[in-house]
Amino acid sequence: MSAGETMTGMNALTIRLQDEMFALEATHVREILDPVPITRVPNAGDFVGGLINVRGSVVPLADLRVSFGMQRPPADADTRIVVMEIDLDGEPLVAGILADKVYDVTDITAASIEDAPKVGMRWPAEYVRGIGRRGEDFVIIPDMNRIIRAEGDRNSSLASTERTDR
Amino acid sequence: MSELDPAEVFRQEAADLIETLEQALLDLEKRPDDSELVGLAFRALHTLKGSGAMFGFTAVSEFIHEFETAFDRVRKGEATADRRLIAAALEARDHVAQLIDDPDCDPERGTAILSALKAAVCEGAGVETGASEHLAAPIVETGSAQPVAAGWHVCFRLPADALILGTNPLLLLDELRSLGPCDVTADTSALPPIDFIEPQSCYLSWDVTLKAGVSREAVDDVFLFVRDDMELSIEAIASESPVAAAIMAPVIAETTTVIEAAQPMAAASEASAPKPKAAAASSDRANAAKSERNATLRVPAERLDELMDRVGELVIAQARLSQLAEAIHDPSLVNVAEEIERLTASLRDTTMGTRMVPIGTLFGRFRRLVHDLSEELGKPISFVTEGEDTELDKTVIEQLADPLVHLIRNSIDHGMEPPEKRAETGKAATGTLRLAASHRGAEVAITVSDDGAGLNAERIRRRAEEAGLLSVGQVISEGELNRMIFQPGFSTASEVTALSGRGVGMDVVKKTIDGLRGSIDVDTTPGKGTTVTLRLPLTLAIIDGLLVRVGEDRYTIPLAAVEECLELPTGVAADGRGRSFLNLRGDLVPFLKLRDLFHTEGEVDPYQKVVVVSSDNTRVGLVVDQIIGNNQTVIKQLSRLHSGVKTFSGATILGDGTVALILDVMHLVAYGQKLEERRRAETLGRAA
Repeated sequence: MSAGETMTGMNALTIRLQDEMFALEATHVREILDPVPITRVPNAGDFVGGLINVRGSVVPLADLRVSFGMQRPPADADTRIVVMEIDLDGEPLVAGILADKVYDVTDITAASIEDAPKVGMRWPAEYVRGIGRRGEDFVIIPDMNRIIRAEGDRNSSLASTERTDR
Repeated sequence: MSELDPAEVFRQEAADLIETLEQALLDLEKRPDDSELVGLAFRALHTLKGSGAMFGFTAVSEFIHEFETAFDRVRKGEATADRRLIAAALEARDHVAQLIDDPDCDPERGTAILSALKAAVCEGAGVETGASEHLAAPIVETGSAQPVAAGWHVCFRLPADALILGTNPLLLLDELRSLGPCDVTADTSALPPIDFIEPQSCYLSWDVTLKAGVSREAVDDVFLFVRDDMELSIEAIASESPVAAAIMAPVIAETTTVIEAAQPMAAASEASAPKPKAAAASSDRANAAKSERNATLRVPAERLDELMDRVGELVIAQARLSQLAEAIHDPSLVNVAEEIERLTASLRDTTMGTRMVPIGTLFGRFRRLVHDLSEELGKPISFVTEGEDTELDKTVIEQLADPLVHLIRNSIDHGMEPPEKRAETGKAATGTLRLAASHRGAEVAITVSDDGAGLNAERIRRRAEEAGLLSVGQVISEGELNRMIFQPGFSTASEVTALSGRGVGMDVVKKTIDGLRGSIDVDTTPGKGTTVTLRLPLTLAIIDGLLVRVGEDRYTIPLAAVEECLELPTGVAADGRGRSFLNLRGDLVPFLKLRDLFHTEGEVDPYQKVVVVSSDNTRVGLVVDQIIGNNQTVIKQLSRLHSGVKTFSGATILGDGTVALILDVMHLVAYGQKLEERRRAETLGRAA
């Protein structure tokens, strides 16, 4: 589903990244982990700068705060890793998403979701599928596929410039 | 078994049989008199026909029936397997493969192929009859002068699982009876005591005296479908002579002994000693064939993948156990941990061994391709393969098929000159295409070489400039220029043929080999030929690794690539990016400081170590803080998100559960090599 389409309601896992609340598609969430040792991947770029061990498989750890240009303070007691399975061009991709805090699973009704405003938003509009409302708060619904595709590509091009520059 | 789709089972079986048929036909082209090959092809056809009919592929079995009829004349020696016949037969084989996929496809083409086949058979008819000598006596209709036996003495024993597999001995006996009057005796000597009888097993063997002057083929044909697994002897009875009686006598005696004896086994083995010699010999052969067949087992690939995954998990768990044992310092625990480590290592090797397939299985497929291309382009080619027993991971082999097809096509279409031109340049009219595989350290090298015209550097440059892949006048090395042919959209063939020249294909080669983390080299001598070398990592699953520490991070280096470890001599200066050279017993080896390459922070160990790694005879030193030791490394592929990071070939999980990256030696060596080349260029520049 891309940003242009009208959104249906969703069953969402709400998390906090810095001061903003985000909603992740709950059906795509596999598990939520306490912080685990992260292996740095040199020259991989900040968005997927690490790898973690999730039950014997090696999983990339993505930091959405990089995509949304946020501060990245070190992990604290509330930090969690949300392991998601994202369908990327027909292939499932398992990735960990770093969250400053995990709230709960909630229903966001279609009526409460608005399209992302094209202007006046602090965030890159193409990464936002819509803005939902939960009580008084706004919830950002990120377009995971688009973010991963864009950041993944950026990562490759970064890495290749790193390789060719000499 | 029950969930298997029978049609799928047939398709799998058919694919094997079709391959057997093809190989036999191709061999037959070289050795047209080899009756074994004719027999092999014929058996494959016959089995295909039979099982095709059984599984409801009527179109297939009808077509093969005709095919078989035509081919039968070759078997009887009435026609020779000349080139035309082989070509027609190969086409018929293709049609069979098509019919299996789609039973309704193109019946007209089938008819056309069959008539071509018949024509080829009739033309070759009568030219040679010598081949029939190895075969059984020709049948009566051929008007042969050879006398036909008055009858046949047939002994046969079915394998124990014959009944389970659906063979009905009664039907075989009925069929024999349909040939003429029979005396049938059942031999119950192998019958176990009643407590041990498995009702589904076949314990009996039969002796049949057939009193009819039928041909040996007719008798043979009765057993055609079960021939492979059974013991069978067929002997001619000249007439109602004492010989037949002599043969029969011990058999009858044996049977009676057995019935009377309380211990059937012992008695039977003695009593069966005076069996006719021929029967013993034939059963020996049958046994040998049987054990050979039993030596291989068909297992679904997913099950092997699953097994590999489990072993991978076991290796990781074992590493954790070893680490715990070290920490606790309990000698008995350490003992167990070591034993488990040994067992895991051998289990790992065995499991990986099951996934290794000799590359010959792949090479075989190309014989047909070369044969067809050679016919089509009118370029006689001898196809030589070497190192067929080189083993590679099955997944790698499967992915190699396409790139090799493209390379072979390219060699034959572009590389090989037409025979006239070869004569002009004083080469043999028949070109040689060589496909070879060999192990080189942790890699397997596969080479495709031809003795054709070689690559034309000027033409490549012109094409590359036209296609915008290269700016005019840009200086690049010979190797880089040669590798241009793997760029998408590149083709130097002035004309597009049906086979190549469209500029697709060679880029597929590059893409696949890159995907397998291999490399391509092109070596060419104008007028002499071209050699393309593909280098591939041996396996994609588990390797032995050397664990090193750089700052706080740990990395694994494939052990097979490690040449030696030494301390970094003090006073060896590195440039700002951590690159320099090391004098290694007189050789200048470039080294890379991983700390700088990986932007590692943290304290630098005062005694830096160098791990010298090599790939294809080129060495590079990697400077690390500490060498931790050997470990078994389960390779986990990096996700798409990290596909751009080329310094690592994958990741693994260490004993303490953390992830460690695996260094891509091939890439690092290539990087070091570029440094070395640059240094040479700079030295030259300074000298000038």
